[in-house]
Amino acid sequence: MWKWLHPYAKGEAAYRLLGHWQPWLSGLALILVSVGVIWGLLYAPADYQQGDSYRIIFIHVPSAMFAMGAYTGLAITAFIVLVWQIRTAEWAIAAIAPVGAVLTFISLFTGAVWGKPMWGTWWEWDARLTSQLILFFLYVGVLALYYAFNDSRTGAKAASILALVGVINVPIIHFSVYWWNSLHQGATITRFGDTLMPSSMKMPLYISILGFMFLTAALIVYRLRNEILKQELHRPWAMAQLGVENDHGV
Amino acid sequence: MNNMSMWRLLTTVMRRDLAVALRRRSDVVNPLLFVVIVVTLFPLAVGPGPDILGRIATGVIWVAALLSSLLGSERLFRDDFLDGTLEQLVLSPAPLPLLAFGKVGVHWLLSGLPLVVLAPLCAMLLKLPIAGWGTLMLTLLVGTPILSAMTAIGAGLTVSLGRGGALLSLLLLPLFIPLLIFAAAAVENALLGTSAIGQVLLLTGLMLLTLLLAPFAVAAALRVSVN
Repeated sequence: MWKWLHPYAKGEAAYRLLGHWQPWLSGLALILVSVGVIWGLLYAPADYQQGDSYRIIFIHVPSAMFAMGAYTGLAITAFIVLVWQIRTAEWAIAAIAPVGAVLTFISLFTGAVWGKPMWGTWWEWDARLTSQLILFFLYVGVLALYYAFNDSRTGAKAASILALVGVINVPIIHFSVYWWNSLHQGATITRFGDTLMPSSMKMPLYISILGFMFLTAALIVYRLRNEILKQELHRPWAMAQLGVENDHGV
Repeated sequence: MNNMSMWRLLTTVMRRDLAVALRRRSDVVNPLLFVVIVVTLFPLAVGPGPDILGRIATGVIWVAALLSSLLGSERLFRDDFLDGTLEQLVLSPAPLPLLAFGKVGVHWLLSGLPLVVLAPLCAMLLKLPIAGWGTLMLTLLVGTPILSAMTAIGAGLTVSLGRGGALLSLLLLPLFIPLLIFAAAAVENALLGTSAIGQVLLLTGLMLLTLLLAPFAVAAALRVSVN
């Protein structure tokens, strides 16, 4: 496996590989998110208790899932940065963190919009809301640390240490907050095939979740390719890619 | 390296750090004064009635403790970084996590332990019912080592930046949340007359876990910063 993975530690190879993936990821994301969201928002039956306002879950749940999923990815990448010091992984930190932060924000925002008619308040100091908010702060911290250093390698390593410290803390924060105060409903989808939801609502939700997975991956791939180009701009292949003339004579 | 010399190494680092810190006493005293002043501001801001003050006392004291821990964080590595001592420590064959542990220990002795001693004064100023005093001190006693260790991680990450203050609070304050929750809940239980032993034991467990893992994170952070 290492023999196969090794070439992609180099910027150019990784750039090309991601270039092959990019149209597939983007296309799948576009199709699945459109189908899932349109089906969910327009055609799925209304909830007998919550009426139409439950429909926010077709955006809320997938974004919350991949807000956490992206943090897991960030932590794995951070581990790779610290152990193998692969440069592509360092750039991936800068690619994953903003996507995760935005997903976290979307889940918080949609949650607030849903909470106003349902709970009667925009914000409640409930366990899941609070731990999601803290997740947002962790993302912001990783990003702030990454860009605080003039040298991007130092910044990436420092941000990686913080991301790993954060990942040990995430379960502790989660359970402490949970124990502190909880209003949020329990998980509806516990296991696949064993849910409390009718399939007419479940299917669009699953499609939307899959779509958000590809969307997250596609956005990360876009950002990572840009980051690789930006960092490798002094190299001939990157200049050729952008069609820039090499006028430094290097 | 055998156990004996590890122990000697630890005590040497701690004695040196203590000597350096005590030579500049204002750096040690100022964060403590900060806590007392913050505590004094609250009665002026929310009114001196004992029911409000007593309700918020634990929270105010703990938040002041968190902030003062950030204020005192510069002392941990800044001077050593500027005069090159830190580089020598990183380059030395001695295990860096052990040295980091010693530094965390001294930081706690000079910033955490005095807070435990100051707690009754703050509790009195904020009219915390006397039933909660013992538990408040206990939570500070087991909680402040966590503060020192986590602050050391943040300080290690930002030491080469120079202007790390606001950044440091952004990094560290979210990580302090469990500490705040358990400490406040413990004192709350004590005030209600029920047992606070569960929260105190949880905090103790968190402290042991943090003291076990944090030195390695501090060492990694210092290696990155000194590079």
